[in-house]
Amino acid sequence: MSIPRYLAALLAAISLGAHADTTLLNVSYDVMRDFYKDYNPAFKKYYDAKFKDNLTVQQSHGGSSKQALSVISGLEADVVTMNQSTDIDAIAEKGKLLPADWAKRLPDSSAPFSSLQVLIVRKGNPKGIKDWNDLVKPGVQVIVPNPKTSGNGRYTYLAAWGYALKQPGGNDQKAQEFVAGVFRNVPVLDAGGRAATTTFMQRKIGDVLVTFENEAEMIAREFGRGEFEVVYPSISIDADLPVAVVDKVVDKKGTRKAAEEYLKYLWSPEGQEIAAQNYLRPRDKGVAAKYAKQFPAVKLFGVEELGGWQVIQKRHFNDGGVYDQIAASIAKK
Amino acid sequence: MAASMTASRSAATTEARWVRWLLTGLALTFIGLFLIVPLISVFFEALRQGWGLFAASFTDPDALSAIKLTLITAAIAVPLNLVFGVAAAWAIARFQFRGRSVLITLIGLPFAVSPVVAGLIYVLLFGAQGWFGPWLAEHDIKIIFAIPGIVLATVFVTFPFVARELIPLMEAQGSDEEQAALVLGASGWQTFWRVTLPNIKWGLLYGVILANARAMGEFGAVSVVSGHIRGMTNTIPLHVEILYNEYNFVGAFACASLLALLALVTLAVKSFIEWRSARLAEEDRRHATEE
Repeated sequence: MSIPRYLAALLAAISLGAHADTTLLNVSYDVMRDFYKDYNPAFKKYYDAKFKDNLTVQQSHGGSSKQALSVISGLEADVVTMNQSTDIDAIAEKGKLLPADWAKRLPDSSAPFSSLQVLIVRKGNPKGIKDWNDLVKPGVQVIVPNPKTSGNGRYTYLAAWGYALKQPGGNDQKAQEFVAGVFRNVPVLDAGGRAATTTFMQRKIGDVLVTFENEAEMIAREFGRGEFEVVYPSISIDADLPVAVVDKVVDKKGTRKAAEEYLKYLWSPEGQEIAAQNYLRPRDKGVAAKYAKQFPAVKLFGVEELGGWQVIQKRHFNDGGVYDQIAASIAKK
Repeated sequence: MAASMTASRSAATTEARWVRWLLTGLALTFIGLFLIVPLISVFFEALRQGWGLFAASFTDPDALSAIKLTLITAAIAVPLNLVFGVAAAWAIARFQFRGRSVLITLIGLPFAVSPVVAGLIYVLLFGAQGWFGPWLAEHDIKIIFAIPGIVLATVFVTFPFVARELIPLMEAQGSDEEQAALVLGASGWQTFWRVTLPNIKWGLLYGVILANARAMGEFGAVSVVSGHIRGMTNTIPLHVEILYNEYNFVGAFACASLLALLALVTLAVKSFIEWRSARLAEEDRRHATEE
């Protein structure tokens, strides 16, 4: 093949595949892929019919904070769907890609559904794990992803903290001791939620996995329902999963209308139903009632009770914060 | 006479029989455990649930686009490295100039730098917050999180293969034949096409094959600049990671087996080239002694 023909063939190969009319890129975190796999086709059907368009939704998944950094560095996300608001705050603050009050633009502080941390134990619950205080017992191995790198791990850390704080006579010092006790029982600290699940289910390490309620459903689909049991603790943390349109990107690409519709439709009955089917707790009262059986009532507290994400991040998870102190105290022993 | 000499030499210079067996056995066990068993397990896992699922993994549009992107990337990165490698090797082997040793060191740099760092370099240069980010955004040129970034990162990590292969070869061959050609009236291009290239072609092919294998298999650097958009900016190695994270083990191992197959083909071609050039060298020697 001559060189000009080689180059022509190469160019043709590169330009292929860019023929859709409207294309949205949804940058999301690790364990949301299953939900959007169901949601994207449903939304496309609705959107194409209503606006006479041909929509393509592209997905990018990875650790929540890593994905936020990619958006800051120029990954052209029309919408971001994260597992905690600090990641979107970072995009607003460091990337200046959307206004700081992004959360006020959609209902429920821009979180169309929520999840909570549950305890997943092996079949028959051989260690008799019922609640958070069972995680600090000697001989119990707990699988949790690293709170420094994973929102999932941060929610677990805070759920345990809140549990200890709400016990009779609970205070910050007792809570710190309790959380240290939990992390002392962690044999492997994975970087993200998915890796932690693989450690627990595939490599069969640990007695209890602490992760999002919707990840439990994912495990059931992949590994079979008889392999494990879900234990709901007496109290857990309300994990709001926020979404936002990235203004700078949609204005440049001219996709604002499609991006806004895409997020708004998450609150529609169909969007809420798909969420419920993926074991994400819906906001819609009707849908919630319909799926009430699969969402046992659990006493929940929000991150606001611990001061909100910005305060929590600074106090617990920044370098030299409480989590680092706990990690150092465990390393010493 | 000759036989007795080798016999006495081997008795004096080699180890006892059991030591030889032990060492060979250790080496083989090691290779078996760390290379052959994993390689077999890739194909085993890929075919675990039958050929149907295995084949279906390749007809998935995301897998197809990953394969396409990998081929495109290699099709750009390898020719670039070929041209650059020959030019650099020629300059270094044929000429003495100031900064020559610096150039040699620089060519080896991508081998010394971690691929993740290689990827981050491009994010720092071309990312939205990077040096050229604002200018690129103004002119609507996408490099990072698009095909150009992936190609750039791949070119970076495969930089040394061709040049490193050719420099020692060309230095050993010397420039006598080229000088003869020039004296006989050949032009520069004629000398290159008719004398230099035939002399280095096997080494060149070897370098190109290694560069190609690395270009298709690179993970770290490409992962940093890819953005992981499904069906858009995933190469085969990135696609393998995604499938694995989705518990699609058959799909992950099927795509991994494609890369393993590439490695096996590379090894076969490499051995063939080595065998071929050894034979050519021997023929040359025989010709020389006959004359």
